[in-house]
Amino acid sequence: MRGATHAKWAALATAVALAATACGGGDDSGGGGADGIVSSSWGDPQNPLEPANTNEVQGGKVLSMIFRGLKQYDPKTGEAKDMLAEKIDTTDSTNFTITVKDGWTFSNGEAVTAKSFVDAWNYGAHLKNNQKNAYFFGQIEGYDQVHPEKGEPTAETMSGLKVTGPQTFTVKLTQKFSTWPITLGYAAFAPLPKAFFDDHAAWLSKPVGNGPYTVDSYTKGSEMALKRWDDYPGADKAQNGGITLKVYTDNNTAYTDLTAGNLDLVDDIPAAQLKNVSADLGDRYINVPAGIIQTLSFPFYDPAWNKPGQEKLRQGLSMAIDREQITNTIFQKTRTPAVDWTSPVLGEEGGFKDICGDFCKYDAAEAKKLVAEGGGIPGGTMKISYNADTGSHKEWVDAVCNSINRALGNDKACVGNPVGTFADYRNQVTSQKLTGPFRAGWQMDYPLIQNFLQPLYYTNASSNDGKWTDPEFDKLVNQANAETDIAKAVGLFQQAEEVLRDDMGAIPLWYQNGSAGYSDRVTNVTLNPFSVPVYDQIKVN
Amino acid sequence: MGRYVIRRLLQMIPVFFGATLLIFLMVNVMGDPIAGLCGDRQCDPATAAQLEKEFGLDKPVWQQYLTYMGNVFTGDFGTAFNGQEVTELMASAFPVTIRLTLVAIFFEIVIGISLGVLTGLKRGRPIDTTVLLLTLVVISIPTFVTGLLLQLLLGVKWGWIKPAVSSDAPLNELIVPGLVLASVSLAYVTRLTRTSIAENKRADYVRTAVAKGLPRHRVITRHLLRNSLIPVVTFIGTDIGALMGGAIVTERIFNIHGVGYQLYQGILRQNTQTVVGFVTVLVLVFLVANLLVDLLYAVLDPRIRYA
Repeated sequence: MRGATHAKWAALATAVALAATACGGGDDSGGGGADGIVSSSWGDPQNPLEPANTNEVQGGKVLSMIFRGLKQYDPKTGEAKDMLAEKIDTTDSTNFTITVKDGWTFSNGEAVTAKSFVDAWNYGAHLKNNQKNAYFFGQIEGYDQVHPEKGEPTAETMSGLKVTGPQTFTVKLTQKFSTWPITLGYAAFAPLPKAFFDDHAAWLSKPVGNGPYTVDSYTKGSEMALKRWDDYPGADKAQNGGITLKVYTDNNTAYTDLTAGNLDLVDDIPAAQLKNVSADLGDRYINVPAGIIQTLSFPFYDPAWNKPGQEKLRQGLSMAIDREQITNTIFQKTRTPAVDWTSPVLGEEGGFKDICGDFCKYDAAEAKKLVAEGGGIPGGTMKISYNADTGSHKEWVDAVCNSINRALGNDKACVGNPVGTFADYRNQVTSQKLTGPFRAGWQMDYPLIQNFLQPLYYTNASSNDGKWTDPEFDKLVNQANAETDIAKAVGLFQQAEEVLRDDMGAIPLWYQNGSAGYSDRVTNVTLNPFSVPVYDQIKVN
Repeated sequence: MGRYVIRRLLQMIPVFFGATLLIFLMVNVMGDPIAGLCGDRQCDPATAAQLEKEFGLDKPVWQQYLTYMGNVFTGDFGTAFNGQEVTELMASAFPVTIRLTLVAIFFEIVIGISLGVLTGLKRGRPIDTTVLLLTLVVISIPTFVTGLLLQLLLGVKWGWIKPAVSSDAPLNELIVPGLVLASVSLAYVTRLTRTSIAENKRADYVRTAVAKGLPRHRVITRHLLRNSLIPVVTFIGTDIGALMGGAIVTERIFNIHGVGYQLYQGILRQNTQTVVGFVTVLVLVFLVANLLVDLLYAVLDPRIRYA
């Protein structure tokens, strides 16, 4: 043992030295041109990768590459275009007949039929499968039986879904929903191959879909290599040889790797780097609006915050927030001050309109007056709750509070209230423990004004965390959903939004942009309205 | 010696249960983990209830703990929220972190002890002052600053290393992260060794050894160093656990998918199974490392015997 020590150390030292010299050998990935491989930053998906179980961006990225649904949202305009849908017919906005295009297959060769959709949707809706996006199927008749609010399911499939031919099926909704076909571009509505049901575990370790890419290898938690699928029947064939998604422990490291030339694409520029990004990347930095809005919600379940006349307080608070300054200084213009409760990506036809008006403009004097008329801040001090673990919320919450305190001339009017983890924060929100305003964010599922209003502000809706309620708002939303003329439906939604404004059910803060950067090895990089890179269009030099 | 080992092993049992119970309670106190699973929208109650049942979160905490510990002894550490077995996560994370820790320990031993011996022997000379100053600088700069700085200089500006470690984390890519991870401990090892050497240099047995006419290197390695290493070994031994658990910062900076990263993710997502599982293993590492340190004493100094 004693004699061995020297030898051992020497051996270790040699090993390290050998390893160090070996590091010169590079691992250049792929070639250039049409077969070039693009490397992109990724985060570990939170849930198993199943279409109806993926509710966050990281898993969504993969689904956008390996799946195509009945509809596809245009990467530029967000318009829902037919993809696998030959046609979707309805006469009453309740019964829909869907024809699936012929000639589509999954990458394992299996044909995509009407059954592929019906089986997938029934799987997604069924309670025993624990799918987090199950409620997307909530409008389909028979959902209550497969996914009851309490107790065991009483049916295996939804009665509203019927396969009527190899390529056709019918859908019956429980109520009129004219814009329902537009929602079908959402990943939860993707078709699934037989392999998914036959050997679920094998499918999860290497998902098979019908999109322009196939999964080549997947090491959970570290890397997924996607290859172009050469037999892909769609028009949007991949322009590169494949995408390698690399999991980063920190988006700062991903950014560093990009600037060092080891990575081609980062789709989440860390806030700390926004100051340097123009100098580092020049015009290879993308900063475009996405379908994401941030708001301040109020605890309407708390009697102190739900008194008549308090809408003036909320309006006053909204006017006390200097959105322009905060988005410029804290977010380096990666947010746009909000003028309504939707998002600019909807476009004017889709319902984006300056509805908030003066209430969203900074006016200290008016703010002070309105707050006083609204009875002042309950208890004299309000705490804005946020989760401190991710998303750099502390900076802007402090800035919002400073702005409010300055406008009201009261140092104690507003303070931030950090909550340790996102899980704990959501727990406090959903169990209605918060006694003051709290941050809220909404990323659209599909580009529809309905998606920005109904889930958030309709009475007892799934994401109505503040429990705001207004019968007039509900009535207008119902009318809008029943309206077959899309333009008229949008008009009705905007009327509902005016009701929301008059009561200031939530204070709109700003729209979030997607911000990405790429290396000079790739071109034609864009972000879609969901702030996900349009991977199939990226070209490698 | 045998009885001593058995006694020590028995002592580990209450420590092990106490530590895991504490972690279990702490993670549970943080609230309902399912709430964070559905993102910025509420899980529908039926799915949430179903998920709670699946992860056993609907039972009282003491029952969860008992079930959990029962499963642990059969090698089942449960399932993480993303559907992966925790043992699978461990199998991918621990080898990486162990490699990183070994690199760090290697630097601590080689650089730390050599510098310590050098400065201990040349106490008061310019080299001693320089090294002392350097260690002071290293100790006072937080790891993340050293890490980010080295990453920027070596990785981006000069291009000597890749700023991010690839998913396989081969040994050569772990040299710089290992050095960063070791930096603070390395400075302590240097100072500990220096003091110990400086003290023992004047000891009677060293004078005897020199008087016997033994060669200088033999006096230093066999007589001086061996007797001076006890505090250093204690420090390095306990540092093994600290390095493995404390690699969160280094692992984040250099994109190393090791224990620190998995723990961080587990805490963010409030994933009881992952956090408790990893901490349980770390507790074991701590306990075993401490035991080894105690046993090493006898090897280093035969005067220390265990009844």
